[in-house]
Amino acid sequence: MAVTARPTRSATKLDVTRIRHDFPVLSRTVHGKPLVWLDSASTSQKPRQVLEAMRVVYEEHNANIHRGVYEFSERTTAAFEDARAAVARFINAPSPREVIFVRNATEGLNLVAYAWGRDNLRKGDRVVTTVLEHHSSFVPWQQLAKDVGAELVVVDIDEEGRLRLDQMRAELKRGAKVLAITHTSNGLGVINPVKEIVAWAKAAGATTIVDAAQSAPHMRVDVQDIGCDFIAFSGHKMLGPVGSGVVWGRAALLERMRPFLYGGDMISRVSIEQTDWNELPWKFEAGTSAYVDAIGLGAAVGYLEDVGMDAIHEHEVALAARLLPQLVAEDGVTVFGPRDTRDRVGVVSFDVKGIHPHDMATLLDREGIAVRAGHHCNNPLMTRLGVSATTRASTYLYNTMEEMDALVAAVRKAKKVFGI
Amino acid sequence: MDDLYRENILDHYKNPRNYGELEGATHHYHDTNPLCGDEITMFLLVGEDGRIDDVHFTGRGCAISQASASLLTERVKGKTLDEVKAVDKDTVLEDLGITLSPARVKCALLSLKTLKAAAWGLTGWPGEEAKQAAE
Repeated sequence: MAVTARPTRSATKLDVTRIRHDFPVLSRTVHGKPLVWLDSASTSQKPRQVLEAMRVVYEEHNANIHRGVYEFSERTTAAFEDARAAVARFINAPSPREVIFVRNATEGLNLVAYAWGRDNLRKGDRVVTTVLEHHSSFVPWQQLAKDVGAELVVVDIDEEGRLRLDQMRAELKRGAKVLAITHTSNGLGVINPVKEIVAWAKAAGATTIVDAAQSAPHMRVDVQDIGCDFIAFSGHKMLGPVGSGVVWGRAALLERMRPFLYGGDMISRVSIEQTDWNELPWKFEAGTSAYVDAIGLGAAVGYLEDVGMDAIHEHEVALAARLLPQLVAEDGVTVFGPRDTRDRVGVVSFDVKGIHPHDMATLLDREGIAVRAGHHCNNPLMTRLGVSATTRASTYLYNTMEEMDALVAAVRKAKKVFGI
Repeated sequence: MDDLYRENILDHYKNPRNYGELEGATHHYHDTNPLCGDEITMFLLVGEDGRIDDVHFTGRGCAISQASASLLTERVKGKTLDEVKAVDKDTVLEDLGITLSPARVKCALLSLKTLKAAAWGLTGWPGEEAKQAAE
């Protein structure tokens, strides 16, 4: 397969040196080597600004939200709702009341499958999804389809790892109740043309759910432009704290849905006989929310907006353009997924003949390089690729060109150790 | 970088001893480590005197898992099942001769786990038997 020749930019719009100063952990060493963090698709590192926003809550005005009538509670509630407004802006949601804070994308996707899916999916309905899905976007619909007797349709990829759009279009034309699709593959880095696919699904009358866990951190995600009904993503993959996540849904749908979890904060009135739900978005936020984490996520999206999502995407495409041709040219290395930088984010999955991904990840760790080895919660995709695991390097705004070269050098060194 | 992947381990990985299915095996067991996809099948030919007359393995996975299986077959071949009872987690790690991070220890122990399952139907992870008994 030909490698698309593109000029390698020596500098992008990002001031990576300045950005790196904001991330204390990036100056650590591992096995005596400077840390090279290439596992951001698993979780990102956090800038001081996010840590500081959370510290301020804990040290200066911590109190439970939506409950106290005293100063601290009002301040914390305001900060929490400001974070919601910041996230709404970030994804161009029509209203903050459509932004529901959850623990992570997994919880968000499950919320939709349970609270919308259980009341709407019927026997004989078709659920269209793809072989690229993360388990969290796939298994909830697989299980629900089984429970109600719906049909699960899994659209394939082509040899380059891109979604078979012809197949997708044909399947949606045959009719669909649900489209569950990932915006960007966590295993291959391909960006699916979700706007186009969602339009086909809408024409078929389907409700559309987009897993944005791997796209929201790395590129502009505009829910109104995409046109979907629900979208979910995790805060910890986009500079925010672990425990923060978002599911966005159209108000008209959310209002008709039953709650996902019952408890405090999500009710307006409870009598012995019945319960009235709180209004959006709190109807879906039972119990004490992880409000400090949500406030941290608000700071994270502020940080990302300051840098600029287009600049971040451009930077990561440049990193991929530096890495991909070197890996592709290396003897014995197979790169999974597109080998050019068209429609992809900085997720590069590869395999080196004769070195198991776990051995590769261990050897890279000795060089200070953190990568993921395994199936990436992507069993159907791994089966499709005919492998049990891959080594995955994934980038973010704080990675440098030099780190791409360091990875290639370390892969060469690993080959030498194994006598390849 | 290479202190972990010593020559001995790479030699057993690339040229595994006692590799392949064993015809007429009296015991065999297949197991996997779902976390990383390592797979091992152990075949034992146990005589009436309880001695392991022959032992083979097949499998695929990382160098640590496959080298440890190869080393283990060498260690137990010709021993009685009673004698093999003494082979434990520490034996396997000593035979490998390297210090493994916790995440990789299971790679090393999959072969012993599979062997014990083949011999006695014990399916727990070596070193965690006490915990399982308690459960």
